[in-house]
Amino acid sequence: MIAYIVRRLILALLTIWAISVVTFVIIQLPPGDFVDAYIVQLSASGSVVRFEEAQALRQLYGLDQPVWVQYGKWIIRVVQGDFGASMEWNRPVTEVIGDRLWMTIVISFAAIIITWGIALPIGIYSAVRQYSFADYIFTFVGFVGIAVPNFLLALIIMYFGFKLFDLNIGGLFSSDYQLAPWSWGKVWDLMKHLPLPAVILALAGTAQLIRIMRANLLDELRRPYVTTARARGLVEWRAVMKYPVRAALNPFASTIGYLLPFVVSGSIVISLVLSLPTVGPLLLRALLAQDMFLAGTIVLLLGILTVIGTFISDLILMWIDPRIRAGMHE
Amino acid sequence: MVEPILSVRDLVTYFRPEEGVVRAVDGASFDLHAGRTLGIVGESGCGKSVTARSILRIVERPGRVEGGEILLRRADGRVVDLAKLDDKSQEMRNIRGGAIGYIFQEPMSSLSAFHTVGNQIIEAIRLHRKLTAKEARERAIELLQLVGIPQPQQRVDSYSFELSGGLRQRVMIALALAAEPGILIADEPTTALDVTTQAQILELIRRLQAERHLAVILITHDMGVIAEMADSVAVMYLGKIVESGPVDAIFHAPRHPYTQALLRSIPSVLAAPRSRLATIAGSIPHPYARPPGCPYYPRCHSFMAGVCDKSTPPVNRIDAAHEVRCFLYGAATETAA
Repeated sequence: MIAYIVRRLILALLTIWAISVVTFVIIQLPPGDFVDAYIVQLSASGSVVRFEEAQALRQLYGLDQPVWVQYGKWIIRVVQGDFGASMEWNRPVTEVIGDRLWMTIVISFAAIIITWGIALPIGIYSAVRQYSFADYIFTFVGFVGIAVPNFLLALIIMYFGFKLFDLNIGGLFSSDYQLAPWSWGKVWDLMKHLPLPAVILALAGTAQLIRIMRANLLDELRRPYVTTARARGLVEWRAVMKYPVRAALNPFASTIGYLLPFVVSGSIVISLVLSLPTVGPLLLRALLAQDMFLAGTIVLLLGILTVIGTFISDLILMWIDPRIRAGMHE
Repeated sequence: MVEPILSVRDLVTYFRPEEGVVRAVDGASFDLHAGRTLGIVGESGCGKSVTARSILRIVERPGRVEGGEILLRRADGRVVDLAKLDDKSQEMRNIRGGAIGYIFQEPMSSLSAFHTVGNQIIEAIRLHRKLTAKEARERAIELLQLVGIPQPQQRVDSYSFELSGGLRQRVMIALALAAEPGILIADEPTTALDVTTQAQILELIRRLQAERHLAVILITHDMGVIAEMADSVAVMYLGKIVESGPVDAIFHAPRHPYTQALLRSIPSVLAAPRSRLATIAGSIPHPYARPPGCPYYPRCHSFMAGVCDKSTPPVNRIDAAHEVRCFLYGAATETAA
């Protein structure tokens, strides 16, 4: 078992390295570089950049060197914890990202927990009472939920929240705490602001998850071990919850790994609409501005988080699925 | 005669999906006595398993027990009609496992892969007996020992996929006997096993039956298993019991053309080499296109036009224990009466 975990860890490190290469390549792919984008930006506001000036900027950022040298310089500094400076913000990348990464993780986890809390019970109910009236209702609502763009839902909720309850849903903090240093008051303020954006984010994945849970469980409900459980005199709900639901939940453990990037990349538009201080909008802006170090750092961090998430879900699967544990001894 | 422990009368179990009606069990009757084995035999889809599941009231929707009586004699002497009980009631749950144990065909998929075999046996014990977790565990180990599983102290913590097919089926038997029921229903218990293991499992069932005076319903399509195990036999075809009687009568003087055909189709070591195996003409009709009259007439070699396809044959009595549902023996009833 230890050997298995060590092997997983080594593979995880190799994967992270591969992600860093791919990240770097992706950043290099669009034509032009940051300086080009910078020049366009400046000329849009009326100022003109001379050719020598542009070259000096390129030299400053190392953009005139071969790609692999640029990658080498970048990755060596990354390993030392220096992610470089954001060209657009003129500040270290770590400072620009700052709390946003943690905000993203907090809000993502809140959204995931809410998604599961809503979707799994409904999915179970829909499967156990297949073709019942409520199943049809949930199916209908589920498909509408899949079809409606989430930012639209966010806008509608914001509108009614403001109109009916005089709530300002945007952001994660009230204006008093926006720039204030961390304190218990600020944490409490966050807790008050967190539920609504988290629910809106959560609804995005809920409909889909209901369908998956329903399908998984319908498969399992037909298995003979459920009949066996009934035949020994188990109460129906217990026979369902202990055996088929347990089996139907298993695949969800393996999805933990990519939930985080899914929520981050899938929620950029919602985050913009709700003006949430997460990394999603920041990544979008960095990509538009060809702010290489910032975009690269965000993509790399998301990649690393995915690898860590996958590693954790492997450990969880190992813990909950005896068949995987048994397979490791062979 | 001794009162039967279980008496099934005119059992009717229909499946009603949206497309039509499947008459899975259509008026089956039989008696089961303590210490005896009743073999129910028939082709796939004839309603054997549904009959067994109807007794425990675990037929899956859209199936439902729609008529007849399932009279179970409880340990205290009371007679309960299981067909009238609510299938979710406490009493029905007490009977499942508590009075009637059930062994399923596929020992692999009939056990949960996420729980140890001990976990499932202990659950079955504690559902019916007031034992502490520790006592139940000891009881589970005893049960595993009883069904002939080596190293039961270690095996109790195994998962089903860590056991061989034969051991798994032994676990299923331990599970069925966990609460010491008086009746054991074995639904094709050896179909998924190789021949050697089959013989061992049948031997085990026979030993346990003798030790505990169990009444056994053995469901199979294998006439060889019936000959070896059963005291009496019920032959099922399309939801009806077409012939029933003592095992000797069924094998040596079969009356119903279907029983006769089934017996002819058993491979024999005495048969001439390279001769073809006898088969039954045609195949089981589609469940929605059930023939009128006797369900077997389209495949029957003694088919009487205008009789068999017009009305359902009555149950004709050959002797006290031997009954056949066929027009060929109508006269016998009349002379007897």
